[in-house]
Amino acid sequence: MALAAIAVLFFALPLIGLLWRAPWSHAVDYISDDSSLTALKLSLICSLWATAFSILFGVPLAWLLARVQFPGRSIVRALCTLSMVLPPVVGGVALFFALGRRGIVGQYLDRWFDFRLPFTTAGVVVAQTFVAMPFLVVTVEAALRQLDGRLEDAARTLGASPWYTFRRVTLPAIRPALAAGAVLAWARALGEFGATITFAGNFPGTTQTLPLSVYLALETNPEKAIVLALVLIAISFAVLIGLRDRWFLRAERNSSQVSL
Amino acid sequence: MSLRAHITHHVGALDLQVELDVLPGEVLALLGPNGAGKTTLLRCVAGLSPIDAGCISLGDVVLDAPATGVFRAPDQRAVGVVFQDYMLFRQMSVLENVAFGLRARGARATDARKVAATWLDRVGLAEYAQQRPSALSGGQSQRVALARALATAPEVLLLDEPLAALDAGTRATVRRDLRQHLDTFEGVALLVTHDPVDAYALADRVAILDAGRIVQTGTLAEVTARPRSRYVADLVGVNLVAGDVADGVLTTPTGARVVVADAPTGAAFAVIRPHSITLVREQAAQSSVRNSWVGTIATVDRLGDRARVGIVGELPLTAEITTAALDALQLRIGDEVVANVKATDIEVYPA
Repeated sequence: MALAAIAVLFFALPLIGLLWRAPWSHAVDYISDDSSLTALKLSLICSLWATAFSILFGVPLAWLLARVQFPGRSIVRALCTLSMVLPPVVGGVALFFALGRRGIVGQYLDRWFDFRLPFTTAGVVVAQTFVAMPFLVVTVEAALRQLDGRLEDAARTLGASPWYTFRRVTLPAIRPALAAGAVLAWARALGEFGATITFAGNFPGTTQTLPLSVYLALETNPEKAIVLALVLIAISFAVLIGLRDRWFLRAERNSSQVSL
Repeated sequence: MSLRAHITHHVGALDLQVELDVLPGEVLALLGPNGAGKTTLLRCVAGLSPIDAGCISLGDVVLDAPATGVFRAPDQRAVGVVFQDYMLFRQMSVLENVAFGLRARGARATDARKVAATWLDRVGLAEYAQQRPSALSGGQSQRVALARALATAPEVLLLDEPLAALDAGTRATVRRDLRQHLDTFEGVALLVTHDPVDAYALADRVAILDAGRIVQTGTLAEVTARPRSRYVADLVGVNLVAGDVADGVLTTPTGARVVVADAPTGAAFAVIRPHSITLVREQAAQSSVRNSWVGTIATVDRLGDRARVGIVGELPLTAEITTAALDALQLRIGDEVVANVKATDIEVYPA
């Protein structure tokens, strides 16, 4: 009990510390200041794009991992979820050597299409997708594994094509897990720092997202850093409180029904 | 159009080798123990498990023939399936479940719903159209699953243990309703069950599947009158002995000898009914009984005035005697007994 209380305190104290030191009288000024708004806007846009790409590529990947037997599947799974446990800076460095101007793929993007990812907004989206997608893949794969494959079999025998089956049977059944995974991925993308600053740099307006500007502000204007940090905390907190109950609980209820 | 399935298929430990021909309008029950390959056989016909070798065809249409590279996907076959546990789509209304097949085949939503509504009406569930499947009882779910499969007008209907998940009370009602729908169904119907009561009530013909092989086909009466597998013998409750007959004696593979009467020479089955067996403590010096086997009592099950006594020994047998006789002889598990059977009480037929 006492240990649990210490744990709660351990998580609560930093937040209390921020609230304690927050310059409430200037808070609105700091938030509505141009550079903050730009960073906030960039953060939202990039994280939403990253979430969209995570869904677009992550759902087929989860389906492949859950439904298709192929040699080396566990290796592919480990590879695709590696960035969950990788230090984000390492991920950023790896991305740099893959997609940078001298990277194995990046040099051709540069030479053939005159297209460069590092230090661009697109680069931010790539870095965020890299770290965020595994959260969606893991969540959706678990839901697909719990889903009775005979539901899809039933749809197929009724005359449904594989795509129609996926759209009308599989997808609705995993929707709660997909929503939960998307929220997790979005939250992860929103808070992304290490991979972004390594791969995309720290340019106001193009690659400086909110976490980056918090870090920058800490050196020049600690009060502003506190306010921006609180903005991020507020967003994350709202996501957890508002969506956790609705989607996570529903996902649990669905999975318990599947097991019946 | 008749269904022809000549299948060789391996999955896990199961080695399925089956030749099956079913006529339109006929209901064939696949009866057999768990793991015999009944559901696997259905999955092969539905196209959910491509076969290793052989051929499945419906009339002139080849559905699966690995040798010629023909394989029709499940959605390209006129096959409807009622799954065990029904597999209704939980996110859709009951009506949308029944309309699913038609919509998947490209029908307009309104047209599909119209057809689905008539099917729901036919299975007596019109008032549940807008409900979710979770609001239905087991028997109602089964009827929706049946309506959903029949709504696409399949030429083959596959039913996998359609009554197994129901409690005894609803079972009889649902079985009777199912019988009516199968009567009006003009295509081929294949029914998987492990319950001979279902097979008797629903099927025109049964095929006994055991360890991946069809060991017997015919009407249920024919099959049970002359069991050809341990499974059917257990179902009917008789002792089945397989062996070779020579000079009026059937010899089992383990060397036990059974004296029989009027038996043709060659491989044969002998049925020894448990109530034909008499048990004695010691071998009589002189008797008209031609068969006496010494054994040890392994099990005793009392059922009212009767007791079934399981004996292990040179010829494993189950004998049925009165509990009065059991008590008089003071027979207990582990006792040695002699089982006597008159040769004329044993029924013998060629294997």
